[in-house]
Amino acid sequence: MSTSVLFDAPGPRARALMTVLNVVAAVAVLALVTWVAYLLHLKGQWSWTLWGPVFGPEFWQFYVMPGLTNTLRSAAFATVGAVAFGVLFGMGRLAANPLLRGFCGAVVEFFRAMPVLLLMIFLNLFLAKLMPGSPERLFLAVVLALVLYNGSVIAELVRSGVHNLPKGQGEAGLAVGLTPEQTLRAVQLPQALVAMLPALLSQLVVVLKDSALGQIIGYAELLRSARIFASANNDPLQALVVVAILFIVINWLLTVLANRLARGLSSRTSAPVKVTPERVAAGVGNAGG
Amino acid sequence: MGDYLSGLWEVLQKYDALGAFWVNIQLTFWAGLLALALGTVLAVMRISPIASLRLAGAAYVNVVRNTPLTIIMASMVLVITFQLGLKLSPNLNESGFRFAVVGLAIYHAAFFCEAIRSGVNTVPLGQAEAARAIGLPFADSARLIILPQAFRGAVAPLGSTLIALMKNSTVAAAASVATETASVMKVAIELSPDYLYAIFAAFAIGWLILVIPVGLLTTWLSQRLAVKR
Repeated sequence: MSTSVLFDAPGPRARALMTVLNVVAAVAVLALVTWVAYLLHLKGQWSWTLWGPVFGPEFWQFYVMPGLTNTLRSAAFATVGAVAFGVLFGMGRLAANPLLRGFCGAVVEFFRAMPVLLLMIFLNLFLAKLMPGSPERLFLAVVLALVLYNGSVIAELVRSGVHNLPKGQGEAGLAVGLTPEQTLRAVQLPQALVAMLPALLSQLVVVLKDSALGQIIGYAELLRSARIFASANNDPLQALVVVAILFIVINWLLTVLANRLARGLSSRTSAPVKVTPERVAAGVGNAGG
Repeated sequence: MGDYLSGLWEVLQKYDALGAFWVNIQLTFWAGLLALALGTVLAVMRISPIASLRLAGAAYVNVVRNTPLTIIMASMVLVITFQLGLKLSPNLNESGFRFAVVGLAIYHAAFFCEAIRSGVNTVPLGQAEAARAIGLPFADSARLIILPQAFRGAVAPLGSTLIALMKNSTVAAAASVATETASVMKVAIELSPDYLYAIFAAFAIGWLILVIPVGLLTTWLSQRLAVKR
């Protein structure tokens, strides 16, 4: 193994040992998988009466498609809103005015510390009071909760993006006679935004995953429609596996795109391009629900 | 004003708001222990020189990391408890709590694994080469040179994963743990709608008190323990 700091290049004896261990480990992993599959077989979970419905047209046409549409719709609106919120508050945190800076900092820190689910449940009840009977209430509650949380994370991305630029960039702006605000807008922010694009994409994974929290308040997204389908067919295992695979494939594609973008964008900015910058990772990580 | 506050106090006591936070703390504690253990095993697998273990570890992390936690928690009830009929305790509530812990641990183990691995990755190759150059065998170079630095580098990501785990413990609501904060807040607001804002404010303050010290502590620790390079 050459990519790890821990291990030296193996000699002939170590290589022979590694081959043996490799086979043993592979057998052990396969045995574990087979054992789980066998336990499922004992419970009769491989029967076609359970798997048939989730491959049928009814499930895909009336449950997956509408559910996935709602999931993607809430994620798309939440992403646009979160970027707007994040850029606005990120700039606010970099403002010269201490009052504005403090206010934006407090808002961002507050929403970063709140569990998204708590926020979503509150917003749902709050909107029910504000606009009783509105059909878009659940959608709005999901989107707003995602915007407030992820927007705050993006605000941190913007701030750390500007901080990670080489000092010369800001100094050059000031030297040609721009005011600090103009320097931020014309020199620093554009480079910071390019540098944070990959991190933004991987934040999209969090948005998409968190949109599934909508099922707890009753928003008709993918997980919820799969649950409704499964309760009629008594096959939640099979339906949830299909839904999980859909989420995994979409999120995996986003991650691949983020990594590719990070490699391609380095020439367009003087900031270090990373999928998760340390300053932000230290605050939140990517583990949103 | 005084009436309002004492009314709010009564509501919070009636629905046992403090007890709800205690449930979240317990969920975090047990799930954290389990996830850290599983995450360490996964991290060892992912940095081992054995290709099949690396592949298995990577597969686990990439699958779990891209699955919504809500699906994992919901399947703890719908799939494991009802469809497969498994129980972790004869008492249904207790069993639900334990499955919520398991679900949280399964999900966050992937993130703990990546946190530990990123700690190992902060150690420059030169450190290992220097250790070998002065004649240290594998065990000594790992024990004396690499792992101590790796641990220091992993403090910040481990801390952020712990904070995420704390906040995500509310998703136990999807595993029908009805005594945690998000569910209790919902019931309290629904039954005392006059106190909508005040109840949310109380729960929000509770979460700030829980999350911010952990954040400050991990930031302080990670800066204090950081290896200057």
